[in-house]
Amino acid sequence: MILILLHGSRGEIPSKPIAATILPSVKPNDGVQTYAEDQKNNLPVFTMNYPRIQIPFEITLWVLLASFAKIGFHVYHKITIWVPESCLLISIGLIVGAIMHSVHEEPPAVLTSNVFFLYMLPLIVLESGYFMPTRPFFENIGTVFWFAVVGTLWNSIGIGISLFAICQIPAFGVQDINLQENLLFSAIISAVDPVAVLNVFEDVSVNEQLYIVVFGECLFNDAVTVVLYNMFSFVAEMPVVEPVDVFIGVARFFIVGLGGMAFGILFGFVAAFTTRFTSKVREIEPLFVFMYSYLAYLVAELFAISSIMAIITCALTMKYYVEENVSQRSCTTIRHVIKMLASISETLIFFFLGVVTITTDHEWNWGYILFTLLFAFVWRGLGILVLTQIINPFRTIPFNMKDQFGLAYGGLRGAVSFALAFTLPDTIGRKQLFVTATIAVILFTVFLQGISIRPLIEFINVRRTNRNLETINVEIHCRLMEHTMAGIEDLCGQWSRFYWKDKFMKFNNRILRKILIRDSRAESSIVALYKKLELQNAMEILDTASGDIKLLMIKKFLAADLRNIHDILSKNMYKIRERTVAYRGKHALPNDSQTREILIRRHATIRRSLRPRSCQSSVSYLAQFICIILINYLFCWERGLGFSVHPRDDHETLSEVAYPSQRSRFGKPARSSSSKAMIPLHRLGTLEEVPSTDVLNEESSSTGEGVFRTNSSYSDSRVPRPRRLNSSFDDNNSSVDDLRNVHEEDGVEQVGQRQPSSPAPGWEAESRETTARNPLLRRPQWNPKKK
Amino acid sequence: MYNYKHYCKNLHKYIHIVDVCFFTVSQEQIKNLYQRFQQLSGNHEKISRDDLERIPALNNNPIRKQIITAFFDKRNQHQNDVGSLDEIGFEQFLMVMSHFRPVNSTATEEEKVTVRKQKLRFLFNMHDTDNDGIITLDEYRTVVEELLSQSGAIETEVARSIADAAMLEVASTNVHSPHSRPRMISMKESHLSILNRFRWINIFSMMSIRFLDMNSATMRCGKLSS
Repeated sequence: MILILLHGSRGEIPSKPIAATILPSVKPNDGVQTYAEDQKNNLPVFTMNYPRIQIPFEITLWVLLASFAKIGFHVYHKITIWVPESCLLISIGLIVGAIMHSVHEEPPAVLTSNVFFLYMLPLIVLESGYFMPTRPFFENIGTVFWFAVVGTLWNSIGIGISLFAICQIPAFGVQDINLQENLLFSAIISAVDPVAVLNVFEDVSVNEQLYIVVFGECLFNDAVTVVLYNMFSFVAEMPVVEPVDVFIGVARFFIVGLGGMAFGILFGFVAAFTTRFTSKVREIEPLFVFMYSYLAYLVAELFAISSIMAIITCALTMKYYVEENVSQRSCTTIRHVIKMLASISETLIFFFLGVVTITTDHEWNWGYILFTLLFAFVWRGLGILVLTQIINPFRTIPFNMKDQFGLAYGGLRGAVSFALAFTLPDTIGRKQLFVTATIAVILFTVFLQGISIRPLIEFINVRRTNRNLETINVEIHCRLMEHTMAGIEDLCGQWSRFYWKDKFMKFNNRILRKILIRDSRAESSIVALYKKLELQNAMEILDTASGDIKLLMIKKFLAADLRNIHDILSKNMYKIRERTVAYRGKHALPNDSQTREILIRRHATIRRSLRPRSCQSSVSYLAQFICIILINYLFCWERGLGFSVHPRDDHETLSEVAYPSQRSRFGKPARSSSSKAMIPLHRLGTLEEVPSTDVLNEESSSTGEGVFRTNSSYSDSRVPRPRRLNSSFDDNNSSVDDLRNVHEEDGVEQVGQRQPSSPAPGWEAESRETTARNPLLRRPQWNPKKK
Repeated sequence: MYNYKHYCKNLHKYIHIVDVCFFTVSQEQIKNLYQRFQQLSGNHEKISRDDLERIPALNNNPIRKQIITAFFDKRNQHQNDVGSLDEIGFEQFLMVMSHFRPVNSTATEEEKVTVRKQKLRFLFNMHDTDNDGIITLDEYRTVVEELLSQSGAIETEVARSIADAAMLEVASTNVHSPHSRPRMISMKESHLSILNRFRWINIFSMMSIRFLDMNSATMRCGKLSS
């Protein structure tokens, strides 16, 4: 039924300029009252005005249809493992196209290349740029650009010349295609397409290096493709080519590439700067991200420079600063919306690819097309081989043969080539042939290579990625190594990437962050990660917690119980919010749990809002504080843990480990007011020793995975210290202080029972400085201290 | 600019060192390093700590002290001594630099493991400041504090908490001693666990230097495949 409606509706579309309009016999009535007859005009009870809504209606229906197809694929899981989604979508598109063709309909005119380039492509590229893993990207940036620029040049020139050679053979009947046209065509089909490739690669989970190089190459070869395309199409209309044109071409390339990047960075900074001031208008914060990126894209299109590079650099630059400035909701919204739009766009592209395949007029030429396929494949393989040999010495992890195979085989062509083919000027005689050949190449690569790449890669056993856990140790060691390397390099007087990275980070901290971030403070990545992990733990615990706090507080656990708890905890692996997420699961949001995100961001927001500078009513702070404190005291790890409490303003160290999920469940802390009284708060001043974690530690090492380690670490850090809150807090927080003190009184009784038994000798926690307050509490003081 | 005669005289010695450490550098690079060494030492035969501390570029490095100490640490000389030297000659300099060699793709698995171990050993020695073969919590804390010291006034408490968290992580993955108090990482047992855990930190890429062609007079950087 839907199809019939579609058929009927499609008939009224102003069709593509090339094809003739075919009006079907059946038209939905528009029900306009006819004034021809002299009748009494009654008030129309029921009218239908289709043309008015026609275009949006059709767009919506198409999008829905494509989305249904997407839902349909995932119903049967096995398919998506072996057949990448792009193939499936194209197939569905082919089917729909066939249906349409059989009733002699035209495909909707909405699929013009203008629509593709202005509306669909920016969304996909924005998503790729926004979720790009920055660290591996910048480590491999040389390789990426090398492949993108030189590789694409190699491919297009190689294919063009070989095709021209083929054209000379009379047997194929394509002698009328001259060199320029061949080069133009080859420029189109040498563009490796990000959409198709990512779709396939992320399913296969190849190693990070390979992924990032292919990914980067796809995104950035746009610069070269644009230049080549423009240059060759300009040249194709010229009778003679002169060397000066080649030089102009090269100059143009630099303008295109660097100009794109410059625009991107400019818009990125402006966006970051804008979000610095949006604290009062939180609802429209996501808008800025989209508008500025799109603006970057359009302005680049205006000047015919590489818009893809513009939008990618804009997203890269913007992301880091914007995510610090906006609220957690906006952050989630941005990510969600980007993913959604990109997903729709991609689905539609492949879908239409299928549809248009059937409905365009094709000109088939066996020789030309087959040789195109052959050359595309061969030149890519050769290109990868040669280029890798040249660049391997400069890489610290050289590509081995298997990686090279993955690189070569993963060069899928897709929608970009397709759209470019349609924008070929009509002056080219064999345009239809080119279109057909492009479609053939796309279908071939997507279907054959897309489907076979997975088994092949598994067969030859390309190095796979290790989905690392982000842990504090890793972060610390990475930083340590980086600093060591930078130091050694300074010592040897040699510059390498660590040097530049170091320099950039200093510049960043000193200048950029001050300008672009609202409350800027130089934050070490280690500390940031630590906080993030703590918050994650907090959320994890909250998620599974319920039940009676009282039981927990007082009860003493036996060693065996503790072990059980540990086992349970270790099975509850927390997923850390990854900082580099792009290649995990393209169609899933980077964060699985929205609540986690919310709590993390909320605490960041609370923390920020509790700065000395901010002056808001203390009542709301109180409320927030109560929540935090309750959550904070929710879990106690009794016995060994010196239950140290620190009402923190940013209770990152909430995650208290033991929530014996099997025996008592916590209720949401906010709801149980009685729990307040039950929370054993230490009067920190009274305790000198912090025994804390011996029991904890004993059990902790028995767990296999690393979950517990972070959990228990917080308990240790919560070791009671003499707390001197009052003196440290500013006036703003004094009311909060009072509250805390009140809490302290309540809890003192319980404290006595829960004195930790024996100090763990290992933890030199006892020797903490007397000036120690919870470091995280002192956050508000960081700024002044820094100055 | 450098003492060419002295260099040539000892070249065979240097090459020997290089071979011993699987240090795959070319003679050209040894020469460059020698030039740099001479520049640092003011044309003397040995460098002292002061010479290294005078390097201006190192001033901003948070762990500069540890790096400098590492050069004078006897343990990094591929021998079993402990303690530290007061000054080092070029051979020792080379020995230390050999820890940062990039690994050939043609190296065997065994060589790779050896290389990895050496790099880890270097890192371990950096942590273990009192030369007792054990990293205690305090030492680890010191490291973390140093690392964080540059990024804007972070109090020691944060550093402590972070170090504790990291220690506990190690403890929890340390399957050898389930009931011991994880207050220290000793070289022996944790070496393996660190190896296991850091297997995927690509230590080869992180701890390798590509030696560039360098003229110490002008500090021009050229490209040299290594």
